[in-house]
Amino acid sequence: MTTTEAPPAPAAPPPAADPAVRAVPRRRRLVPYWLLLPGILWLLVFFALPMVYQASTSVQTGSLEEGFQVTWHFQTYWEALQEYYPHFVRSLLYAGTATVLCLVLGYPLAYLIAFKAGRRRNLLLVLVIAPFFTSFLIRTLAWKTILADDGAVVGALDTLRVLDVTSWLGWTADDRVLATPMAVVCGLTYNFLPFMILPLYTSLERIDGRLHEAAGDLYARPATTFRKVTVPLSMPGIVSGTLLTFIPASGDYVNAELLGSTDTKMVGSVIQSQFLRVLDYPTAAALSFILMAVVLVVVTVYIRRSGTEDLV
Amino acid sequence: MRWIRRNAVVVAGLLTLAYMILPNLVVLVFSFNKPKGRFNYAWQTFSLDAWKDPCGVADLCESLTLSFQIAVWATIGATVLGTMIAFALVRYRFRARGAVNSLIFLPMAMPEVVMAASLLTLFLNMGAELGFWTVLIAHIMFCLSFVVTAVKARVMSMDPKLEEAARDLYAGPVQTFVRVTLPIAAPGIAAGALLAFALSFDDFIITNFNAGSSVTFPMFVWGSAQRGTPVQINVVGTAMFAVAVLMVIGGQLISDRRKKAATP
Repeated sequence: MTTTEAPPAPAAPPPAADPAVRAVPRRRRLVPYWLLLPGILWLLVFFALPMVYQASTSVQTGSLEEGFQVTWHFQTYWEALQEYYPHFVRSLLYAGTATVLCLVLGYPLAYLIAFKAGRRRNLLLVLVIAPFFTSFLIRTLAWKTILADDGAVVGALDTLRVLDVTSWLGWTADDRVLATPMAVVCGLTYNFLPFMILPLYTSLERIDGRLHEAAGDLYARPATTFRKVTVPLSMPGIVSGTLLTFIPASGDYVNAELLGSTDTKMVGSVIQSQFLRVLDYPTAAALSFILMAVVLVVVTVYIRRSGTEDLV
Repeated sequence: MRWIRRNAVVVAGLLTLAYMILPNLVVLVFSFNKPKGRFNYAWQTFSLDAWKDPCGVADLCESLTLSFQIAVWATIGATVLGTMIAFALVRYRFRARGAVNSLIFLPMAMPEVVMAASLLTLFLNMGAELGFWTVLIAHIMFCLSFVVTAVKARVMSMDPKLEEAARDLYAGPVQTFVRVTLPIAAPGIAAGALLAFALSFDDFIITNFNAGSSVTFPMFVWGSAQRGTPVQINVVGTAMFAVAVLMVIGGQLISDRRKKAATP
Protein backbone atom coordinates (compact mmCIF):
# COMPACT_ATOMS: atom_id res chain seq x y z
CA MET A 1 0.00 0.00 0.00
CA THR A 2 1.30 3.42 -0.86
CA THR A 3 0.77 5.80 1.98
CA THR A 4 2.49 8.87 0.58
CA GLU A 5 1.53 10.71 -2.56
CA ALA A 6 4.55 10.55 -4.83
CA PRO A 7 4.94 13.61 -7.06
CA PRO A 8 3.90 12.98 -10.68
CA ALA A 9 6.71 11.80 -12.91
CA PRO A 10 7.94 14.88 -14.73
CA ALA A 11 8.61 13.13 -18.03
CA ALA A 12 5.08 11.84 -18.54
CA PRO A 13 2.99 14.14 -20.74
CA PRO A 14 -0.35 15.12 -19.21
CA PRO A 15 -3.06 13.37 -21.24
CA ALA A 16 -6.03 15.53 -22.04
CA ALA A 17 -9.44 15.68 -20.41
CA ASP A 18 -9.54 12.66 -18.15
CA PRO A 19 -8.53 13.51 -14.60
CA ALA A 20 -8.05 9.83 -13.75
CA VAL A 21 -5.18 9.47 -16.18
CA ARG A 22 -2.87 12.11 -14.91
CA ALA A 23 0.72 11.01 -14.88
CA VAL A 24 1.10 8.40 -12.18
CA PRO A 25 4.13 6.65 -10.77
CA ARG A 26 4.79 3.25 -12.29
CA ARG A 27 3.80 1.33 -9.18
CA ARG A 28 0.33 2.83 -9.38
CA ARG A 29 0.10 2.15 -13.08
CA LEU A 30 -0.20 -1.52 -12.19
CA VAL A 31 -3.20 -0.90 -9.95
CA PRO A 32 -5.87 -1.51 -12.65
CA TYR A 33 -4.29 -4.86 -13.51
CA TRP A 34 -4.34 -5.98 -9.91
CA LEU A 35 -7.97 -4.92 -9.66
CA LEU A 36 -8.87 -6.84 -12.79
CA LEU A 37 -6.82 -9.94 -12.19
CA PRO A 38 -9.06 -12.09 -9.95
CA GLY A 39 -12.34 -11.38 -11.73
CA ILE A 40 -10.94 -11.68 -15.24
CA LEU A 41 -9.13 -14.86 -14.29
CA TRP A 42 -12.44 -16.23 -13.02
CA LEU A 43 -14.14 -15.43 -16.32
CA LEU A 44 -11.27 -16.83 -18.37
CA VAL A 45 -11.16 -20.12 -16.45
CA PHE A 46 -14.90 -20.63 -15.96
CA PHE A 47 -16.34 -18.92 -19.02
CA ALA A 48 -13.79 -18.82 -21.84
CA LEU A 49 -11.92 -22.05 -21.13
CA PRO A 50 -15.17 -24.09 -20.94
CA MET A 51 -16.02 -22.85 -24.44
CA VAL A 52 -12.71 -24.31 -25.63
CA TYR A 53 -13.45 -27.60 -23.89
CA GLN A 54 -16.87 -27.65 -25.43
CA ALA A 55 -15.42 -27.00 -28.88
CA SER A 56 -13.08 -29.92 -28.47
CA THR A 57 -15.89 -32.12 -27.13
CA SER A 58 -18.00 -31.36 -30.18
CA VAL A 59 -15.41 -32.89 -32.52
CA GLN A 60 -14.85 -36.01 -30.46
CA THR A 61 -16.15 -39.48 -31.13
CA GLY A 62 -16.49 -42.47 -28.89
CA SER A 63 -18.82 -43.60 -26.16
CA LEU A 64 -19.11 -43.21 -22.47
CA GLU A 65 -17.69 -46.70 -21.80
CA GLU A 66 -14.72 -46.50 -24.17
CA GLY A 67 -14.05 -42.83 -23.60
CA PHE A 68 -14.09 -39.95 -26.06
CA GLN A 69 -11.25 -39.03 -28.42
CA VAL A 70 -10.76 -35.90 -30.45
CA THR A 71 -11.09 -37.17 -34.02
CA TRP A 72 -12.04 -33.88 -35.71
CA HIS A 73 -15.34 -35.47 -36.55
CA PHE A 74 -17.19 -32.41 -37.88
CA GLN A 75 -19.89 -34.75 -39.14
CA THR A 76 -21.52 -34.41 -35.71
CA TYR A 77 -22.52 -30.82 -36.50
CA TRP A 78 -24.16 -31.85 -39.75
CA GLU A 79 -25.97 -34.80 -38.16
CA ALA A 80 -27.13 -32.74 -35.21
CA LEU A 81 -28.45 -30.06 -37.50
CA GLN A 82 -30.23 -32.55 -39.70
CA GLU A 83 -31.90 -34.27 -36.82
CA TYR A 84 -32.77 -31.27 -34.71
CA TYR A 85 -33.32 -28.39 -37.11
CA PRO A 86 -37.07 -28.36 -36.28
CA HIS A 87 -36.09 -27.59 -32.70
CA PHE A 88 -33.87 -24.75 -33.84
CA VAL A 89 -36.56 -23.29 -36.05
CA ARG A 90 -39.07 -23.62 -33.23
CA SER A 91 -36.75 -21.98 -30.69
CA LEU A 92 -36.11 -18.99 -32.92
CA LEU A 93 -39.77 -18.73 -33.86
CA TYR A 94 -41.03 -18.90 -30.27
CA ALA A 95 -38.32 -16.60 -28.95
CA GLY A 96 -38.94 -14.14 -31.78
CA THR A 97 -42.71 -14.13 -31.24
CA ALA A 98 -42.28 -13.73 -27.49
CA THR A 99 -39.87 -10.82 -28.05
CA VAL A 100 -42.31 -9.02 -30.33
CA LEU A 101 -45.14 -9.63 -27.87
CA CYS A 102 -42.98 -8.35 -25.01
CA LEU A 103 -42.31 -5.17 -26.97
CA VAL A 104 -45.99 -4.67 -27.82
CA LEU A 105 -47.13 -5.37 -24.25
CA GLY A 106 -44.21 -3.72 -22.51
CA TYR A 107 -44.09 -0.42 -24.37
CA PRO A 108 -47.40 0.98 -23.07
CA LEU A 109 -46.52 0.01 -19.52
CA ALA A 110 -43.04 1.54 -19.73
CA TYR A 111 -44.60 4.65 -21.31
CA LEU A 112 -47.23 4.80 -18.60
CA ILE A 113 -44.62 4.61 -15.84
CA ALA A 114 -42.30 7.14 -17.48
CA PHE A 115 -44.81 9.82 -18.47
CA LYS A 116 -48.24 9.31 -16.92
CA ALA A 117 -47.68 7.80 -13.49
CA GLY A 118 -46.71 10.97 -11.65
CA ARG A 119 -46.42 10.22 -7.96
CA ARG A 120 -47.40 6.60 -8.45
CA ARG A 121 -44.26 5.93 -10.50
CA ASN A 122 -42.40 4.13 -7.71
CA LEU A 123 -45.40 1.99 -6.87
CA LEU A 124 -45.73 0.86 -10.48
CA LEU A 125 -42.02 0.11 -10.71
CA VAL A 126 -42.28 -2.03 -7.60
CA LEU A 127 -45.23 -3.87 -9.10
CA VAL A 128 -43.16 -4.59 -12.21
CA ILE A 129 -40.17 -5.94 -10.28
CA ALA A 130 -41.86 -7.60 -7.29
CA PRO A 131 -43.37 -10.61 -9.14
CA PHE A 132 -39.76 -11.45 -9.99
CA PHE A 133 -39.03 -12.41 -6.44
CA THR A 134 -41.28 -15.42 -6.48
CA SER A 135 -39.15 -18.13 -8.10
CA PHE A 136 -39.83 -18.09 -11.84
CA LEU A 137 -40.46 -21.83 -11.83
CA ILE A 138 -43.30 -21.38 -9.34
CA ARG A 139 -44.80 -18.62 -11.46
CA THR A 140 -44.49 -20.68 -14.60
CA LEU A 141 -46.26 -23.54 -12.85
CA ALA A 142 -49.04 -21.11 -11.95
CA TRP A 143 -49.72 -20.72 -15.67
CA LYS A 144 -50.66 -24.39 -15.68
CA THR A 145 -53.52 -23.48 -13.37
CA ILE A 146 -54.47 -20.37 -15.32
CA LEU A 147 -54.50 -22.12 -18.68
CA ALA A 148 -56.02 -25.37 -17.38
CA ASP A 149 -58.36 -27.14 -19.80
CA ASP A 150 -61.50 -26.49 -17.78
CA GLY A 151 -60.34 -23.10 -16.54
CA ALA A 152 -61.81 -19.65 -17.10
CA VAL A 153 -59.29 -18.53 -19.70
CA VAL A 154 -59.82 -21.47 -22.01
CA GLY A 155 -63.58 -21.23 -21.46
CA ALA A 156 -63.62 -17.55 -22.42
CA LEU A 157 -61.41 -18.08 -25.47
CA ASP A 158 -63.67 -20.94 -26.52
CA THR A 159 -66.85 -18.88 -26.14
CA LEU A 160 -65.31 -16.01 -28.08
CA ARG A 161 -64.41 -18.50 -30.83
CA VAL A 162 -60.77 -17.47 -30.50
CA LEU A 163 -59.67 -21.08 -30.15
CA ASP A 164 -61.14 -21.89 -33.56
CA VAL A 165 -58.93 -19.27 -35.13
CA THR A 166 -55.81 -20.23 -33.19
CA SER A 167 -56.36 -23.92 -33.91
CA TRP A 168 -56.69 -23.13 -37.59
CA LEU A 169 -53.37 -21.25 -37.34
CA GLY A 170 -51.80 -24.21 -35.58
CA TRP A 171 -51.19 -22.36 -32.32
CA THR A 172 -53.58 -24.47 -30.28
CA ALA A 173 -55.10 -27.90 -30.69
CA ASP A 174 -58.13 -29.85 -29.50
CA ASP A 175 -59.77 -26.91 -27.73
CA ARG A 176 -57.00 -26.64 -25.23
CA VAL A 177 -54.21 -24.15 -24.67
CA LEU A 178 -51.89 -26.11 -22.40
CA ALA A 179 -49.38 -28.30 -24.24
CA THR A 180 -49.62 -26.11 -27.35
CA PRO A 181 -47.28 -23.50 -28.88
CA MET A 182 -49.57 -20.76 -27.61
CA ALA A 183 -48.98 -21.78 -23.99
CA VAL A 184 -45.21 -21.87 -24.49
CA VAL A 185 -45.13 -18.44 -26.14
CA CYS A 186 -47.41 -17.11 -23.41
CA GLY A 187 -45.02 -18.39 -20.75
CA LEU A 188 -41.93 -17.04 -22.53
CA THR A 189 -43.56 -13.63 -22.99
CA TYR A 190 -44.55 -13.56 -19.35
CA ASN A 191 -41.15 -14.62 -18.05
CA PHE A 192 -39.12 -12.12 -20.03
CA LEU A 193 -41.44 -9.09 -19.90
CA PRO A 194 -39.53 -7.32 -17.10
CA PHE A 195 -36.32 -7.59 -19.15
CA MET A 196 -38.10 -5.60 -21.85
CA ILE A 197 -39.90 -3.11 -19.62
CA LEU A 198 -36.96 -1.96 -17.50
CA PRO A 199 -34.62 -0.91 -20.36
CA LEU A 200 -37.59 0.67 -22.16
CA TYR A 201 -38.47 2.60 -19.05
CA THR A 202 -34.90 3.83 -18.50
CA SER A 203 -34.62 5.18 -22.02
CA LEU A 204 -38.14 6.67 -22.04
CA GLU A 205 -37.55 8.36 -18.71
CA ARG A 206 -34.56 10.20 -20.13
CA ILE A 207 -36.67 11.86 -22.83
CA ASP A 208 -37.27 15.52 -22.14
CA GLY A 209 -41.01 16.08 -21.90
CA ARG A 210 -40.58 19.46 -23.57
CA LEU A 211 -39.78 17.66 -26.83
CA HIS A 212 -43.32 16.30 -26.84
CA GLU A 213 -44.69 19.79 -26.22
CA ALA A 214 -42.53 21.16 -29.00
CA ALA A 215 -43.83 18.53 -31.39
CA GLY A 216 -47.37 19.45 -30.40
CA ASP A 217 -46.64 23.13 -30.93
CA LEU A 218 -45.50 22.28 -34.43
CA TYR A 219 -48.92 20.73 -35.09
CA ALA A 220 -47.78 17.11 -34.89
CA ARG A 221 -50.66 14.84 -33.96
CA PRO A 222 -50.06 12.55 -30.97
CA ALA A 223 -49.49 9.58 -33.29
CA THR A 224 -46.93 11.54 -35.30
CA THR A 225 -45.18 12.73 -32.14
CA PHE A 226 -44.98 9.16 -30.98
CA ARG A 227 -43.62 7.90 -34.29
CA LYS A 228 -41.16 10.71 -34.94
CA VAL A 229 -40.03 11.70 -31.46
CA THR A 230 -40.73 9.08 -28.82
CA VAL A 231 -39.83 5.90 -30.71
CA PRO A 232 -36.53 7.14 -32.17
CA LEU A 233 -35.42 8.48 -28.80
CA SER A 234 -36.28 5.23 -27.06
CA MET A 235 -34.37 3.16 -29.62
CA PRO A 236 -31.54 2.23 -27.19
CA GLY A 237 -34.14 0.82 -24.82
CA ILE A 238 -35.89 -1.05 -27.59
CA VAL A 239 -32.63 -2.60 -28.77
CA SER A 240 -31.34 -3.67 -25.37
CA GLY A 241 -34.81 -4.84 -24.32
CA THR A 242 -35.13 -6.99 -27.42
CA LEU A 243 -31.71 -8.53 -26.85
CA LEU A 244 -32.39 -9.16 -23.17
CA THR A 245 -35.60 -11.02 -24.09
CA PHE A 246 -34.57 -12.77 -27.29
CA ILE A 247 -31.25 -14.23 -26.14
CA PRO A 248 -32.42 -15.98 -22.99
CA ALA A 249 -35.73 -16.96 -24.58
CA SER A 250 -33.98 -18.74 -27.45
CA GLY A 251 -32.07 -20.97 -25.05
CA ASP A 252 -34.90 -21.52 -22.60
CA TYR A 253 -36.40 -24.93 -22.10
CA VAL A 254 -38.31 -24.47 -18.87
CA ASN A 255 -41.42 -22.96 -20.47
CA ALA A 256 -41.45 -25.51 -23.28
CA GLU A 257 -41.15 -28.37 -20.81
CA LEU A 258 -43.64 -27.14 -18.23
CA LEU A 259 -46.30 -25.64 -20.50
CA GLY A 260 -45.73 -27.47 -23.77
CA SER A 261 -45.68 -31.00 -25.10
CA THR A 262 -43.26 -33.14 -27.09
CA ASP A 263 -44.33 -31.19 -30.18
CA THR A 264 -43.19 -27.89 -28.69
CA LYS A 265 -39.73 -28.91 -27.47
CA MET A 266 -37.12 -26.21 -27.97
CA VAL A 267 -33.43 -26.73 -28.65
CA GLY A 268 -32.57 -26.12 -24.99
CA SER A 269 -34.46 -29.28 -24.05
CA VAL A 270 -32.52 -31.28 -26.58
CA ILE A 271 -29.17 -29.98 -25.31
CA GLN A 272 -30.22 -30.71 -21.77
CA SER A 273 -31.37 -34.26 -22.42
CA GLN A 274 -28.38 -35.10 -24.64
CA PHE A 275 -26.06 -33.88 -21.91
CA LEU A 276 -27.75 -35.12 -18.78
CA ARG A 277 -29.75 -38.16 -19.87
CA VAL A 278 -28.48 -39.58 -23.18
CA LEU A 279 -24.89 -38.65 -22.27
CA ASP A 280 -24.05 -38.11 -25.94
CA TYR A 281 -21.61 -35.30 -25.18
CA PRO A 282 -20.35 -34.58 -28.74
CA THR A 283 -23.86 -34.10 -30.13
CA ALA A 284 -24.87 -31.97 -27.15
CA ALA A 285 -21.75 -29.81 -27.47
CA ALA A 286 -22.28 -29.40 -31.21
CA LEU A 287 -25.92 -28.40 -30.70
CA SER A 288 -24.99 -25.87 -28.08
CA PHE A 289 -22.33 -24.38 -30.37
CA ILE A 290 -24.78 -24.10 -33.23
CA LEU A 291 -27.23 -22.33 -30.93
CA MET A 292 -24.53 -19.94 -29.79
CA ALA A 293 -23.49 -19.19 -33.39
CA VAL A 294 -27.09 -18.65 -34.52
CA VAL A 295 -27.82 -16.31 -31.62
CA LEU A 296 -24.60 -14.36 -32.16
CA VAL A 297 -25.35 -13.95 -35.87
CA VAL A 298 -28.95 -12.87 -35.27
CA VAL A 299 -27.86 -10.43 -32.56
CA THR A 300 -25.01 -8.94 -34.62
CA VAL A 301 -27.20 -8.43 -37.67
CA TYR A 302 -29.89 -6.89 -35.50
CA ILE A 303 -27.51 -4.49 -33.76
CA ARG A 304 -26.02 -3.45 -37.13
CA ARG A 305 -29.43 -2.81 -38.66
CA SER A 306 -30.76 -0.89 -35.69
CA GLY A 307 -27.67 1.31 -35.85
CA THR A 308 -26.77 1.37 -32.20
CA GLU A 309 -23.39 -0.28 -32.24
CA ASP A 310 -22.17 1.65 -29.25
CA LEU A 311 -24.48 -0.47 -27.14
CA VAL A 312 -21.79 -2.93 -26.14
CA MET B 1 -65.30 5.70 -26.55
CA ARG B 2 -63.37 8.95 -26.46
CA TRP B 3 -62.31 8.19 -22.93
CA ILE B 4 -60.83 4.90 -24.03
CA ARG B 5 -59.01 6.55 -26.91
CA ARG B 6 -57.57 9.22 -24.70
CA ASN B 7 -56.48 6.75 -22.05
CA ALA B 8 -55.44 3.92 -24.34
CA VAL B 9 -51.87 3.92 -23.01
CA VAL B 10 -53.01 3.75 -19.42
CA VAL B 11 -55.47 0.94 -20.12
CA ALA B 12 -52.94 -1.07 -22.13
CA GLY B 13 -50.23 -0.52 -19.52
CA LEU B 14 -52.44 -1.61 -16.66
CA LEU B 15 -53.54 -4.69 -18.61
CA THR B 16 -49.88 -5.65 -19.05
CA LEU B 17 -49.35 -5.13 -15.34
CA ALA B 18 -52.31 -7.39 -14.62
CA TYR B 19 -50.79 -10.04 -16.90
CA MET B 20 -47.56 -9.80 -14.91
CA ILE B 21 -49.17 -10.06 -11.51
CA LEU B 22 -51.83 -12.66 -12.29
CA PRO B 23 -49.57 -15.70 -11.67
CA ASN B 24 -48.51 -14.29 -8.31
CA LEU B 25 -52.15 -13.98 -7.30
CA VAL B 26 -52.75 -17.57 -8.38
CA VAL B 27 -49.74 -18.68 -6.32
CA LEU B 28 -51.14 -16.78 -3.34
CA VAL B 29 -54.66 -18.18 -3.65
CA PHE B 30 -53.49 -21.75 -4.19
CA SER B 31 -51.27 -21.59 -1.11
CA PHE B 32 -54.56 -21.90 0.82
CA ASN B 33 -55.71 -24.90 -1.18
CA LYS B 34 -56.11 -28.47 -0.01
CA PRO B 35 -55.57 -30.50 -3.18
CA LYS B 36 -56.94 -34.01 -3.57
CA GLY B 37 -54.17 -35.54 -5.63
CA ARG B 38 -50.43 -34.93 -5.77
CA PHE B 39 -50.81 -31.87 -7.95
CA ASN B 40 -51.94 -28.47 -6.77
CA TYR B 41 -53.53 -27.30 -10.03
CA ALA B 42 -57.26 -27.36 -9.27
CA TRP B 43 -59.04 -25.58 -6.43
CA GLN B 44 -60.56 -27.89 -3.82
CA THR B 45 -61.09 -26.52 -0.32
CA PHE B 46 -59.66 -23.71 1.79
CA SER B 47 -57.04 -24.79 4.29
CA LEU B 48 -54.19 -23.29 6.30
CA ASP B 49 -52.31 -26.60 6.56
CA ALA B 50 -49.42 -25.64 4.31
CA TRP B 51 -48.92 -22.30 6.06
CA LYS B 52 -48.81 -24.00 9.44
CA ASP B 53 -46.21 -26.50 8.32
CA PRO B 54 -44.08 -25.04 5.52
CA CYS B 55 -41.29 -27.56 6.07
CA GLY B 56 -43.71 -30.49 6.08
CA VAL B 57 -42.47 -31.75 2.73
CA ALA B 58 -39.32 -33.81 2.58
CA ASP B 59 -36.25 -31.91 1.28
CA LEU B 60 -38.07 -28.62 0.67
CA CYS B 61 -36.47 -26.62 3.47
CA GLU B 62 -33.12 -28.32 2.91
CA SER B 63 -33.20 -27.13 -0.68
CA LEU B 64 -34.11 -23.61 0.46
CA THR B 65 -31.18 -23.57 2.88
CA LEU B 66 -28.81 -24.77 0.18
CA SER B 67 -30.05 -22.13 -2.27
CA PHE B 68 -29.67 -19.48 0.39
CA GLN B 69 -26.11 -20.52 1.24
CA ILE B 70 -25.07 -20.61 -2.40
CA ALA B 71 -26.72 -17.25 -3.09
CA VAL B 72 -24.97 -15.59 -0.14
CA TRP B 73 -21.51 -16.84 -1.11
CA ALA B 74 -22.09 -16.18 -4.80
CA THR B 75 -23.20 -12.65 -3.97
CA ILE B 76 -20.12 -11.99 -1.86
CA GLY B 77 -17.78 -13.44 -4.48
CA ALA B 78 -19.37 -11.75 -7.47
CA THR B 79 -19.74 -8.40 -5.70
CA VAL B 80 -16.11 -8.25 -4.58
CA LEU B 81 -14.68 -9.34 -7.94
CA GLY B 82 -17.20 -7.30 -9.92
CA THR B 83 -16.65 -4.09 -7.95
CA MET B 84 -12.90 -4.36 -8.45
CA ILE B 85 -13.37 -4.79 -12.21
CA ALA B 86 -15.84 -1.92 -12.37
CA PHE B 87 -13.43 0.45 -10.63
CA ALA B 88 -10.58 -0.60 -12.90
CA LEU B 89 -12.71 -0.05 -16.00
CA VAL B 90 -14.03 3.37 -15.03
CA ARG B 91 -11.05 4.86 -13.25
CA TYR B 92 -8.11 3.71 -15.29
CA ARG B 93 -7.10 3.72 -18.92
CA PHE B 94 -5.05 0.67 -19.79
CA ARG B 95 -4.32 -1.69 -22.61
CA ALA B 96 -6.77 -4.50 -23.29
CA ARG B 97 -9.62 -2.39 -22.03
CA GLY B 98 -11.73 -3.33 -25.04
CA ALA B 99 -10.98 -7.02 -24.57
CA VAL B 100 -11.96 -6.83 -20.92
CA ASN B 101 -15.18 -5.07 -21.84
CA SER B 102 -16.15 -7.78 -24.30
CA LEU B 103 -15.24 -10.52 -21.85
CA ILE B 104 -17.66 -8.89 -19.39
CA PHE B 105 -20.36 -8.48 -22.03
CA LEU B 106 -20.23 -11.97 -23.53
CA PRO B 107 -21.70 -13.95 -20.60
CA MET B 108 -24.76 -11.69 -20.71
CA ALA B 109 -25.14 -12.19 -24.47
CA MET B 110 -25.00 -15.96 -24.33
CA PRO B 111 -27.99 -18.26 -23.91
CA GLU B 112 -27.73 -19.73 -20.45
CA VAL B 113 -27.91 -23.28 -21.69
CA VAL B 114 -24.72 -22.77 -23.72
CA MET B 115 -22.78 -21.60 -20.66
CA ALA B 116 -24.26 -24.35 -18.57
CA ALA B 117 -23.26 -27.03 -21.05
CA SER B 118 -19.76 -25.71 -21.63
CA LEU B 119 -19.09 -25.44 -17.92
CA LEU B 120 -20.20 -29.04 -17.53
CA THR B 121 -17.71 -30.18 -20.18
CA LEU B 122 -14.97 -28.38 -18.25
CA PHE B 123 -15.92 -30.02 -14.98
CA LEU B 124 -16.26 -33.44 -16.61
CA ASN B 125 -12.85 -33.08 -18.23
CA MET B 126 -11.26 -32.01 -14.97
CA GLY B 127 -12.97 -34.83 -13.16
CA ALA B 128 -14.46 -32.38 -10.67
CA GLU B 129 -17.16 -33.68 -8.39
CA LEU B 130 -20.43 -31.90 -9.14
CA GLY B 131 -22.13 -30.30 -6.16
CA PHE B 132 -21.99 -27.24 -3.94
CA TRP B 133 -18.62 -26.00 -5.21
CA THR B 134 -19.31 -26.37 -8.91
CA VAL B 135 -22.64 -24.57 -8.51
CA LEU B 136 -20.98 -21.78 -6.53
CA ILE B 137 -18.25 -21.36 -9.16
CA ALA B 138 -20.89 -21.20 -11.90
CA HIS B 139 -23.04 -18.69 -10.05
CA ILE B 140 -20.13 -16.34 -9.33
CA MET B 141 -19.24 -16.58 -13.04
CA PHE B 142 -22.62 -15.52 -14.40
CA CYS B 143 -23.41 -12.96 -11.67
CA LEU B 144 -20.08 -11.21 -12.17
CA SER B 145 -21.01 -9.37 -15.38
CA PHE B 146 -24.23 -8.06 -13.91
CA VAL B 147 -22.44 -6.70 -10.84
CA VAL B 148 -19.83 -5.01 -13.03
CA THR B 149 -22.58 -3.33 -15.08
CA ALA B 150 -24.45 -2.10 -12.01
CA VAL B 151 -21.39 -0.77 -10.19
CA LYS B 152 -19.94 0.76 -13.37
CA ALA B 153 -23.06 2.84 -13.89
CA ARG B 154 -22.72 4.32 -10.41
CA VAL B 155 -18.97 4.89 -10.42
CA MET B 156 -19.21 6.58 -13.83
CA SER B 157 -21.53 9.23 -12.44
CA MET B 158 -19.23 9.94 -9.48
CA ASP B 159 -17.48 13.27 -9.31
CA PRO B 160 -13.70 12.67 -9.01
CA LYS B 161 -13.40 16.13 -7.48
CA LEU B 162 -14.73 14.79 -4.20
CA GLU B 163 -11.81 12.41 -3.93
CA GLU B 164 -9.40 15.15 -4.93
CA ALA B 165 -10.85 17.28 -2.17
CA ALA B 166 -10.28 14.48 0.33
CA ARG B 167 -6.67 14.20 -0.80
CA ASP B 168 -6.23 17.95 -0.53
CA LEU B 169 -7.37 17.63 3.04
CA TYR B 170 -4.50 15.18 3.63
CA ALA B 171 -6.50 11.97 3.58
CA GLY B 172 -4.34 9.01 2.59
CA PRO B 173 -5.42 6.75 -0.31
CA VAL B 174 -6.90 4.19 2.06
CA GLN B 175 -8.75 6.80 4.06
CA THR B 176 -10.04 8.47 0.89
CA PHE B 177 -11.29 5.15 -0.41
CA VAL B 178 -13.00 4.06 2.80
CA ARG B 179 -14.44 7.44 3.82
CA VAL B 180 -15.29 8.98 0.44
CA THR B 181 -15.21 6.62 -2.53
CA LEU B 182 -16.89 3.60 -0.98
CA PRO B 183 -19.88 5.46 0.55
CA ILE B 184 -20.61 7.17 -2.77
CA ALA B 185 -20.33 3.93 -4.73
CA ALA B 186 -22.35 2.00 -2.12
CA PRO B 187 -25.79 2.25 -3.82
CA GLY B 188 -24.35 0.83 -7.03
CA ILE B 189 -22.58 -1.95 -5.17
CA ALA B 190 -25.76 -2.72 -3.22
CA ALA B 191 -27.79 -2.84 -6.43
CA GLY B 192 -25.24 -5.21 -7.96
CA ALA B 193 -25.24 -7.41 -4.87
CA LEU B 194 -29.03 -7.58 -4.77
CA LEU B 195 -29.17 -8.48 -8.43
CA ALA B 196 -26.52 -11.18 -7.91
CA PHE B 197 -28.45 -12.62 -4.98
CA ALA B 198 -31.72 -12.72 -6.91
CA LEU B 199 -30.09 -14.21 -10.01
CA SER B 200 -28.27 -16.87 -8.03
CA PHE B 201 -31.22 -17.80 -5.85
CA ASP B 202 -33.53 -18.17 -8.84
CA ASP B 203 -31.17 -19.80 -11.31
CA PHE B 204 -32.28 -23.10 -12.67
CA ILE B 205 -30.66 -23.84 -16.03
CA ILE B 206 -26.98 -23.50 -15.06
CA THR B 207 -27.59 -25.15 -11.70
CA ASN B 208 -29.43 -28.05 -13.30
CA PHE B 209 -26.37 -28.87 -15.40
CA ASN B 210 -23.73 -28.47 -12.71
CA ALA B 211 -25.31 -29.51 -9.42
CA GLY B 212 -24.82 -33.26 -9.59
CA SER B 213 -27.02 -34.67 -6.86
CA SER B 214 -27.34 -31.43 -4.85
CA VAL B 215 -30.86 -30.01 -4.95
CA THR B 216 -31.37 -26.25 -4.85
CA PHE B 217 -34.82 -24.74 -4.40
CA PRO B 218 -35.48 -24.15 -8.14
CA MET B 219 -34.40 -27.74 -8.77
CA PHE B 220 -36.79 -28.93 -6.08
CA VAL B 221 -39.63 -27.06 -7.75
CA TRP B 222 -38.64 -28.50 -11.12
CA GLY B 223 -38.63 -32.02 -9.73
CA SER B 224 -41.97 -31.47 -8.05
CA ALA B 225 -43.49 -30.41 -11.37
CA GLN B 226 -42.96 -34.00 -12.47
CA ARG B 227 -43.66 -35.85 -9.23
CA GLY B 228 -46.39 -33.74 -7.69
CA THR B 229 -46.37 -30.16 -6.44
CA PRO B 230 -46.89 -29.72 -2.70
CA VAL B 231 -48.87 -26.66 -1.56
CA GLN B 232 -45.82 -25.60 0.47
CA ILE B 233 -44.20 -24.45 -2.76
CA ASN B 234 -46.93 -21.84 -3.10
CA VAL B 235 -46.39 -20.82 0.51
CA VAL B 236 -42.69 -20.26 -0.11
CA GLY B 237 -43.45 -18.37 -3.33
CA THR B 238 -45.96 -16.12 -1.59
CA ALA B 239 -43.61 -15.49 1.30
CA MET B 240 -40.81 -14.49 -1.09
CA PHE B 241 -43.16 -12.07 -2.81
CA ALA B 242 -44.29 -10.58 0.49
CA VAL B 243 -40.73 -10.19 1.80
CA ALA B 244 -39.70 -8.44 -1.42
CA VAL B 245 -42.63 -6.02 -1.28
CA LEU B 246 -42.02 -5.28 2.41
CA MET B 247 -38.33 -4.69 1.74
CA VAL B 248 -39.13 -2.21 -1.00
CA ILE B 249 -41.69 -0.39 1.12
CA GLY B 250 -39.27 -0.30 4.06
CA GLY B 251 -36.48 1.04 1.86
CA GLN B 252 -38.82 3.68 0.51
CA LEU B 253 -39.82 4.76 4.02
CA ILE B 254 -36.20 5.01 5.15
CA SER B 255 -35.16 7.10 2.16
CA ASP B 256 -38.22 9.33 2.58
CA ARG B 257 -37.36 9.96 6.19
CA ARG B 258 -33.74 10.68 5.28
CA LYS B 259 -34.87 13.15 2.68
CA LYS B 260 -37.09 14.85 5.22
CA ALA B 261 -34.27 14.95 7.76
CA ALA B 262 -31.95 16.45 5.17
CA THR B 263 -34.29 19.29 4.31
CA PRO B 264 -34.91 21.45 7.38
